[in-house]
Amino acid sequence: MKHPFDHTPAAAEKCFRGIRPGLGGSAGAARRNAGAGDLSQTASRCPSPRQLAYLEAEHRHRVQVRIIRAMILILFLALWELLSELGIIDSFIFSSPGRILACFLQMAADGSIFLHTGVTLLETLVSFLLTVVIAVAAAVLLWASRSLSEILEPYLVMLNSLPKSAMAPLLIVWLGNSIKTIIAAAVSVAVFGSILTLHTGFMQTDADKIRLITSLGGSRRDVLTKVLIPASVPLIISNMKVNVGLCLVGVIIGEFLSARAGLGYLIIYASQVFKMDLLVMSIVILCLVSTMLYQAISVLEKKAVR
Amino acid sequence: MKPKLEVRDLSYSYHELTGETVALSNISFDVRDGEFFVIVGPSGCGKSTLLSLLCGLLEPEEGTILIDGIPRRESRAVIGYMLQRDHLLEWRTILSNVSLGLEIRNSHRRSPDARRGSFFAKRSAIPVSKEEQPHRPGDGSRDSLTAMLRAYGLEAFRDAHPSQLSGGMRQRAALIRTLALKPDILLLDEPFSALDYQTRLEVCDDISSIIKTQKKTAVLITHDLSEAISVADRILVLTSRPGRVRTILEIDFGPDAGRPLKRRNAPEFAAYFNQLWKELKCDETSL
Repeated sequence: MKHPFDHTPAAAEKCFRGIRPGLGGSAGAARRNAGAGDLSQTASRCPSPRQLAYLEAEHRHRVQVRIIRAMILILFLALWELLSELGIIDSFIFSSPGRILACFLQMAADGSIFLHTGVTLLETLVSFLLTVVIAVAAAVLLWASRSLSEILEPYLVMLNSLPKSAMAPLLIVWLGNSIKTIIAAAVSVAVFGSILTLHTGFMQTDADKIRLITSLGGSRRDVLTKVLIPASVPLIISNMKVNVGLCLVGVIIGEFLSARAGLGYLIIYASQVFKMDLLVMSIVILCLVSTMLYQAISVLEKKAVR
Repeated sequence: MKPKLEVRDLSYSYHELTGETVALSNISFDVRDGEFFVIVGPSGCGKSTLLSLLCGLLEPEEGTILIDGIPRRESRAVIGYMLQRDHLLEWRTILSNVSLGLEIRNSHRRSPDARRGSFFAKRSAIPVSKEEQPHRPGDGSRDSLTAMLRAYGLEAFRDAHPSQLSGGMRQRAALIRTLALKPDILLLDEPFSALDYQTRLEVCDDISSIIKTQKKTAVLITHDLSEAISVADRILVLTSRPGRVRTILEIDFGPDAGRPLKRRNAPEFAAYFNQLWKELKCDETSL
């Protein structure tokens, strides 16, 4: 856990950069940089009692949140286990944490759970990358041509609002009972909304920034590479966060219908043979996978946005 | 002496589905070489339209713009344009921001076809002069940028990001970005209007001195009359929409009252201010 004081070296460095000497800058410059330095200066000197009290309270609050968070999970699992042990709920239907764990250990021993998780993960990553590439490319094309975007707009809106699960059976017929179908389903779930979001974002690029590039002698291509793409990095990444979740939805839909491996397949199989332990375990793993993917993009976001 | 910039009978209208707006009508004026020319007028009189026309972001509907006697479209002259806000790109360092213009110019040199024919390549606003030495990354142009950063007190911020600079410093960085292309004419579109008043006076003083020492021909647009008088050699007063030339005022503070802050204290300042005020007022009452 990180204590607030851990930030001090970074803050002090920032403060140092703020007060570099010999700039010949205006008074406004000094004022502004002092503003950036103020906070860190107080932190690097001995903090005042009030500041200490504030940090203390903040620390206490964070610890509290963490404890309660963990307690909810533990209590929930304990209650579930207890109720099924006591026979108040039927563990054959509702399963129980112990049975889920046993099921997991058994499948981990023969390695099958890693195969299923790996397949779902692979399909999700492939469809996610495809979605990002297709969406960015399409959004750039739509941005570059006003006519194209106006012509295609109603079709994109229609495809975006269409429930893609309705298309899945069609995809099976077209692409066969294979991984291609699953990836196509996942891409179709995410890609249209993504194109629309990115295109809207691209169109909101500051018109003056475009004038700037033009006034420096640049073409549309320069606007694209020097302003549009770099300025849209945060948008593209936040859109990726949405996409990775949607791709997972698409993959599971695809696996429900046409798969011999994967978590979606496990869920359908388990419900058909009434193995509730297996079913709930698959859902738990799915929870973990989706959280992990989301976190991975958050890390990327922090790196990219600094 | 032949004027640096000649504008003859310039008119421009904006077209929308709901109708046509005449922004400028029959504008004619000359700007001499090395002159600091200021255009003032009530808001919405087409000042910014005029600058866009001068730097080629818009094409005139009627009339001509000549630079050194050559029509603007065919002229090889480089026109530098400073926008209202600095528009430094946040993801680039200061050095990489000020070299943006050179970077764009270089990429066009390397692939001349990119400028014509391709889907993306709209005609560029500033024709590339072929006489100049080709710039390669890391050659002398980068050194001259560093020298400019030093001269304008930004050397320590070479590798800083724009958010670490004050408004005044950012505006100076924007000026370096414009000057890096060695423009023949500088167009300034209210470049100080986004700054707070104190910074504004300082930056205006700074920047107009830089422009004057470099003997650049500059066209400044502003709605601030004091600012106009404090920097101008001549002031063009536009009428409200559609913009027409109301009058052109000669400003003369004598040879040794160059700096804007000094001019503001000169006795003639108030007289010029009243004269300018009257010209603008006249326009309002005649409506």
